[in-house]
Amino acid sequence: MSKKERKIRVLIAKPGLDSHDRGAKVVARALRDAGMEVIYTGLRQTPEQIVETALQEDVDVIGLSILSGAHTTLFPKTMELLKKKGLTDVLVFAGGIIPQEDVPMLKRIGIKEVFGPGTPTSTLIEFVQKSVSKTR
Amino acid sequence: MTQAPNVQQLVRGVLHGEKRAIARTISIIENNEPEAQKIISLIYPKTGRAHIVGITGPPGAGKSTLIEKLVKELRNRGKTVGVVAVDPTSPFTGGAFLGDRVRMQDLSTDEGVYIRSMATRNSLGGLAKATKDTAHVLDASGKDVIIVETVGAGQSEVEVIKVAHTVVVVLAPGLGDDIQAIKAGQMEIGDIFVVNKGDRENANKAVSDIKAMLEMNIEERGWKASVVKTSALTGEGIADLIESLEKHRAYVEMGALNQLRRARAEIELIEALKQKITESIVHDLRQKGEWMRITEKISARETDPYSAADTLLKQRLKTSAKI
Repeated sequence: MSKKERKIRVLIAKPGLDSHDRGAKVVARALRDAGMEVIYTGLRQTPEQIVETALQEDVDVIGLSILSGAHTTLFPKTMELLKKKGLTDVLVFAGGIIPQEDVPMLKRIGIKEVFGPGTPTSTLIEFVQKSVSKTR
Repeated sequence: MTQAPNVQQLVRGVLHGEKRAIARTISIIENNEPEAQKIISLIYPKTGRAHIVGITGPPGAGKSTLIEKLVKELRNRGKTVGVVAVDPTSPFTGGAFLGDRVRMQDLSTDEGVYIRSMATRNSLGGLAKATKDTAHVLDASGKDVIIVETVGAGQSEVEVIKVAHTVVVVLAPGLGDDIQAIKAGQMEIGDIFVVNKGDRENANKAVSDIKAMLEMNIEERGWKASVVKTSALTGEGIADLIESLEKHRAYVEMGALNQLRRARAEIELIEALKQKITESIVHDLRQKGEWMRITEKISARETDPYSAADTLLKQRLKTSAKI
């Protein structure tokens, strides 16, 4: 039987109360154009919704996008829920408005990389492709 | 996945409605992994209970929003629901943007609802198979109603609709020429026609136009297609839609029970045969390095697809005879 090249499934999620998602959509489109299947769930997602979606969609990657500064509470909550649901082999990265000084904390809780505004989409794509092929 | 999946464990999980098992199983099916067939054969005896509803129609008709309202009402009535939302894969990049969940946000944490987004993936007619098998998995996991949502344009989507017991075509007034939308083959496949965005002023006209077109169907069908006006925003018409769905389900179960079930089994078997024959022949030729040579002969007009297929099949049959 022919084995198709496995598609990378990515969830782009916006936890919290951000009012726009232009950045998240740019990332979603870029990953799609790189051949990935991108699930986008819209604005105002709770950590519970994000984790449940990741579970049902069996994603390889989650990209958390946040602008409001609530990452210090919402990201740890999300990572905790992922662990609780047994989704520890999902690659998680983050983007948006996240101060540099918060990055070490986020990496400690399991967020592989944090990308600031202005990161070229090619950097992001390469990161996802490299990181996912490692865990398969 | 870093290790080979445990088939027995996955099947057990699916039959118990465990989401992780369901999710992994659907991925195995989508990727056509070696365990897929074994898993399907183990869960198949537990399928046949769910009502599979196909929802199609042009983009912008409000299908996803309508589905959210429909699922909520079904949940109110104590039903569990599975949703398979299909979106196109780009033929150029191989990627897909699966955004149907945006309209179904409220449902993501409802224990009685399972939603899976699926890309068409442009494989050798594999979409209908993947969708069908995913519906089998959701059926075996105990879902009462399984909704399959597609765009309804193009051959793949038409194939997917064959997966359903009941086909619902969703239209909206003012989306260009309603008659045009209907002519694209959807007249033939629709069991229920929904005019969504029913709060718009030309909605009633759209309803009567469709009713008039259906009257013109000369062919005598056992089921008379119904037309329902809905507004996904206000919730108007949802109860009527559910009533139509239940009526059609009763028709499918009662009137043509054995005949329809056998007809569906036939379709599934034919599709399975097509899939296996195509895959094994193509795989074989690719291995021998023959595939490119033959397809180039066709594009150079030295032979045509049908003659080539004939020859390949004859060769294949000859080889089997030797065994």
